[in-house]
Amino acid sequence: MSDHDLLSSDPDQEIDAHGVHYRDLNARIRQALQRGPCQRLALRHVCGQRYIGTGLRSHVRIEIHGTPGNDLGAFMDGPTIIVHGNAQDGSGNTLNSGEIIVHGRAGDITGYAMRGGRIFVRDGVGYRAGIHMKEYAARRPVLVIGGTAQPFLGEYMAGGVVLLLGLNLQADEPHPTVHVGTGMHGGVIYVRGAIEDWQLGREVGRAELEEEDRVLVERLVYDFAGHFGGDPQAILRAPFVKLFPLYLRPYGNLYAY
Amino acid sequence: MKSYLASRFVVLRDQERCIQCRVCVRQCGYDVHAYDSEAGDVFSCDERCVGCHRCVVFCPTQALSVRENPLSYRANANWRPEVMEDVLRQAETGGVLLTGMGNDKPYPIYWDHLVLNASQVTNPSIDPLREPMELTTFLGAKPEAVTLDPETGALATELPPQVPVAVPILFSAMSFGSISLAAQESLARAAAEAGTLFNTGEGGLHRSLHAFGEHAIVQVASGRFGVDPEYLEEGRMVEIKIGQGAKPGIGGHLPGEKVSAEVAATRMIPVGTDALSPAPHHDIYSIEDLRQLIYALKEATQYSKPVGVKIAAVHNVAAIASGIVRAGADYVAIDGLRGATGAAPKVMRDHVGIPIELALAAVDTRLRQEGIRHRVSLIAAGGIRNSADVLKAIALGADAVYIATAALVALGCRVCQMCYAGKCSWGIATQNPYLTRRINPSIGARRLANLLRGWSLEIQEMLGGMGINALESLRGNRLHLRAVGLSESEMRVLGVRPAGE
Repeated sequence: MSDHDLLSSDPDQEIDAHGVHYRDLNARIRQALQRGPCQRLALRHVCGQRYIGTGLRSHVRIEIHGTPGNDLGAFMDGPTIIVHGNAQDGSGNTLNSGEIIVHGRAGDITGYAMRGGRIFVRDGVGYRAGIHMKEYAARRPVLVIGGTAQPFLGEYMAGGVVLLLGLNLQADEPHPTVHVGTGMHGGVIYVRGAIEDWQLGREVGRAELEEEDRVLVERLVYDFAGHFGGDPQAILRAPFVKLFPLYLRPYGNLYAY
Repeated sequence: MKSYLASRFVVLRDQERCIQCRVCVRQCGYDVHAYDSEAGDVFSCDERCVGCHRCVVFCPTQALSVRENPLSYRANANWRPEVMEDVLRQAETGGVLLTGMGNDKPYPIYWDHLVLNASQVTNPSIDPLREPMELTTFLGAKPEAVTLDPETGALATELPPQVPVAVPILFSAMSFGSISLAAQESLARAAAEAGTLFNTGEGGLHRSLHAFGEHAIVQVASGRFGVDPEYLEEGRMVEIKIGQGAKPGIGGHLPGEKVSAEVAATRMIPVGTDALSPAPHHDIYSIEDLRQLIYALKEATQYSKPVGVKIAAVHNVAAIASGIVRAGADYVAIDGLRGATGAAPKVMRDHVGIPIELALAAVDTRLRQEGIRHRVSLIAAGGIRNSADVLKAIALGADAVYIATAALVALGCRVCQMCYAGKCSWGIATQNPYLTRRINPSIGARRLANLLRGWSLEIQEMLGGMGINALESLRGNRLHLRAVGLSESEMRVLGVRPAGE
């Protein structure tokens, strides 16, 4: 079922979040899931409530109408959260699995230490997005950013995939971010559009995309367009660059043994 | 480059007793001993010896002894041997000097300047052999007041989550990675037997230890290693690690060599990569941000367990602790200047932070002055060596203490301070399976549970001697302490009067 089909049908349950404290809101979400089968849960009039979906272990699809607060889906394990609006700081903090899809922008440290799941942000993200993302075995987290990022994208990155599309930039307008991948020692960042060497951390290398990179980027761009619309072929026509860690142990020679 | 360092220790082998059995060769993790098959005898490379006594203890004929190298330098109060050796080591490597365990410098140990009270004539002492003594401690925030249902007499106030421990002694954070799984399992089993808690450190909870989740404090640190919803559900309490007494203000680097397949699986990172825990949590730049993480963890665990914060004791510890309480922590663990580590820059370990005794007294005083002491439990850490230190910490205001070095010493550790090398002959601070097999977790747990039993009996004796039958009555009761040989200002901070007054 496409996003469009899902949205045109009614959700299984709804919660009006107007004036509801986050603690009560989250309790009501858990109650709703316990009441019976609930594949789609809509939250209306969300206004800054923190921690929505935090620590939730379920496969529910939560549609948020309004603006969720910080730490959206932190430690989350399984749900899909769709935000019809902007998200604030710490979305997907230490995300374990599941998806967060933001039809708007997301704030600082989006995807901090996520080790699984996927985050799609239609517009830009704040500072330190994707910081300390990590991966283990089959779990490879993905952060796709439609717009651009503030500084320190992918700082301390230890695994996973960041795709920065820069769709809000004019042709040849460089990404405004700097210190990209500072301290990076794992994972990969794909950037669409112009980014200069001086914008990268010292631990970051730059390469052309190889076949497997192109397959991955193409799949993610198609998924992005599936969520937010747009022509994936047009997005893919622009040049991409791959950023990778030069060293797996950036601080290996710091100490006297 | 030729090293200009002389060997630290001299291995003495009594050739008349040595039977060339080569136990020492096999026991040493540092390859000090070797067998010369042509000559048919065992010899030693003194320069590799770290003074851990493993070979001495296991030599079947007591043929071995280890001495500090009696090498004399020209006496100099300023340029002491350690100072010069550090310079040489850095001249030869160009690196940050690493060390393990806690600060070994001769800073004042205030425990040794505090004495406890006892009853004489005017209030009778209590004999713990015949009368009940209450050591059970409930960790967690306490309500402002409690109300009872007038009909049933049952408690009507909803209490924040409380975790009882049978003895006020918890095993401090030691991750799987910094120590072996066998050592951590020993701690877990002993905690279960003694009715207390161990702490996972920032290394995740190995699947074989999930059965001990009820006795685990699960730590969440800046690297978020091993942190997933299951981990948070398994633990009895959740601890946000901000700082550590051995290295206040910096993070941790577990070198790739120690990231074995099992360590990798538990931390959920690739094998052989460095596990970097950055100095700050990237979502915490203020008390308000700390509150956000505390409540994120409370939400994730549905308010079912205490969420605490561990900090290193630093200059403004009282104000920081006050902020942490207001941020909603259910307990605050304070780790002092002498707190230990598996690896830290020597310069940090030896020069940063303040002693736990002063920090604890300052925090307890401050929280009382602000009327918020009941909102947290205080756990004191960093240099608790025996049951007297435990009791003095409780009299200074702690609800419980963390021990780590004492626990490792119980498992054989000689505090050789080489944990970072990963070669520990006692099988504690290593991931080498040949070495870790030396710890049998059921025997390790026996040694640790014995230690806790011994301390707990002594605590009951001392309490009874003071005429107190519940630890609660001593908590923060500094009138039961007197100072010997301390300055006015030290006594003011400690809130303790001089002996004789």
